[in-house]
Amino acid sequence: MLEYNLIKDLINAAETSHKKISEIVIEDQALSMELKPEELFNKMSGNFDVMCEAVIKGSDKDLKSMSGLTGGEAYQMQSYIANNNGGLSGNFVNNAVAAALAVASYNASMGKIVAAPTAGSCGILPGCLVSLYNFKRADKHDIIMSLFTAGAFGMVIANNASIAGAEGGCQAECGSASGMAAAALVELMNGTPEQCGHACAIAIANQLGLVCDPVAGLVEIPCIKRNVSGVMIAFSSADMALAGIKAKIPVDECIAAMQSVGSALPVALRETSGGGLADTPTGRKLKELVLLS
Amino acid sequence: MNVFDIIGPVMIGPSSSHTAGAVRLGRVANKIINIKDIKALKGLKLEIILSGSFARTYKGHGTDRALLAGIMGYHSYSEEIRDALQIASANGINYKFIEQDIKNAHPNTARINFELDDKVGTVEGASIGGGNIRVDLVNGMRVDFTGENNTILVLHWDRPGVIADVTSLMRLKYPSANIANFKLSRRERGGEALMTIELDNRRGALDNEREMAADIQGLNNVINAIVIRAI
Repeated sequence: MLEYNLIKDLINAAETSHKKISEIVIEDQALSMELKPEELFNKMSGNFDVMCEAVIKGSDKDLKSMSGLTGGEAYQMQSYIANNNGGLSGNFVNNAVAAALAVASYNASMGKIVAAPTAGSCGILPGCLVSLYNFKRADKHDIIMSLFTAGAFGMVIANNASIAGAEGGCQAECGSASGMAAAALVELMNGTPEQCGHACAIAIANQLGLVCDPVAGLVEIPCIKRNVSGVMIAFSSADMALAGIKAKIPVDECIAAMQSVGSALPVALRETSGGGLADTPTGRKLKELVLLS
Repeated sequence: MNVFDIIGPVMIGPSSSHTAGAVRLGRVANKIINIKDIKALKGLKLEIILSGSFARTYKGHGTDRALLAGIMGYHSYSEEIRDALQIASANGINYKFIEQDIKNAHPNTARINFELDDKVGTVEGASIGGGNIRVDLVNGMRVDFTGENNTILVLHWDRPGVIADVTSLMRLKYPSANIANFKLSRRERGGEALMTIELDNRRGALDNEREMAADIQGLNNVINAIVIRAI
């Protein structure tokens, strides 16, 4: 049985058995859940289908959040890509941006999403993986498997730090999702388990200290756009790891640092909307607007 | 914790605590009202008190829709949640939301008062994060369960021997069921009383427990027995 206490142990277990992390995780989880690996795969496949559908439905031109503060950003991004030959960052990357926007704003409009690991960070894994799938840059079976790697990294983070904004700030939600996605991307691009660890470490290190400061207490501003930065950090971290660049601070120590930084964050910056963007003049004005509507 | 707690659950957004948890709280009320067919809820009167953060952010999080959807029996992944206000009205359900802070309550607390013919009751609970809930009050009686385990609620008349009847039935007919937590509460001697029985999680236990609740319901002095499924 795997313990999910250290990423180092997951990497060692995969390397000694010459398997991918996702392969040892699906076997282990099947044992502990007393189900067949195929049953777990099918369930995960269902979750991936929900992600794909959220990308489509969240790209609707007329999408509006419940508060009316956000909506339609994914459509705007898609139009920009179409009219500008992919835009500054290019077709693939900007489609990933649009996908993350789509899922995060679909969430804000009461759409069906997969919490990964949370609802607030639900756009990051689809932003990375659904775009790989749409651009045929990875096989669907492998993408679904890579979600087991992402999930295993998330379990280690949850066991040692937190995945809740109220406890650890946004680094715990978008930071965790980004680290999980980076590991999944490395596995999909045939990187080694060790490189998965480096990618996760780099992604977490790049979001350390990110506060949770939702305007009007809603999962919209700045959450939706932070899902996009989570995607970009996941891609760049995965690419660095695949290039052989190593995280100088080991991944398990990055997770421990995230925990201590989270505990050091004042309550005002942990989902209470008492500080950060929520407590700016415009943030306060938007809150009034929502309360009056 | 397993991998689907991290890559999952599938839920209707935007918030696990303010939306998904609220549906689950509503579902506890649905199970206590104990009517599966939404058409049979016609005439249901609801007065829902929203306290703390629920009172201040419910519109933007759809907490009102989520609670109502749960009360009508929908799940935290049901697409109907978004249209729950209209669905309720179309089915003759009367609802009123009241923003009012409940003293000493958890920041995300809702109190659901329901009335349908002779069924009158209250469910109060909090959404404590990540879609997890804690139920505090059922029909005026203090309870305390989280939904981490499958939980059986037995509403009964306060008479000698009822607990023994329930636990003997469990011992004899469901020997693998183990009680993790047991609580009894009542308003007054001889009146309505409530057993909260949290069970250790077992593989495939749910069907077994539904059958168990049906058996318990058949015992003398038991008014109602329901299973609240674990998260």
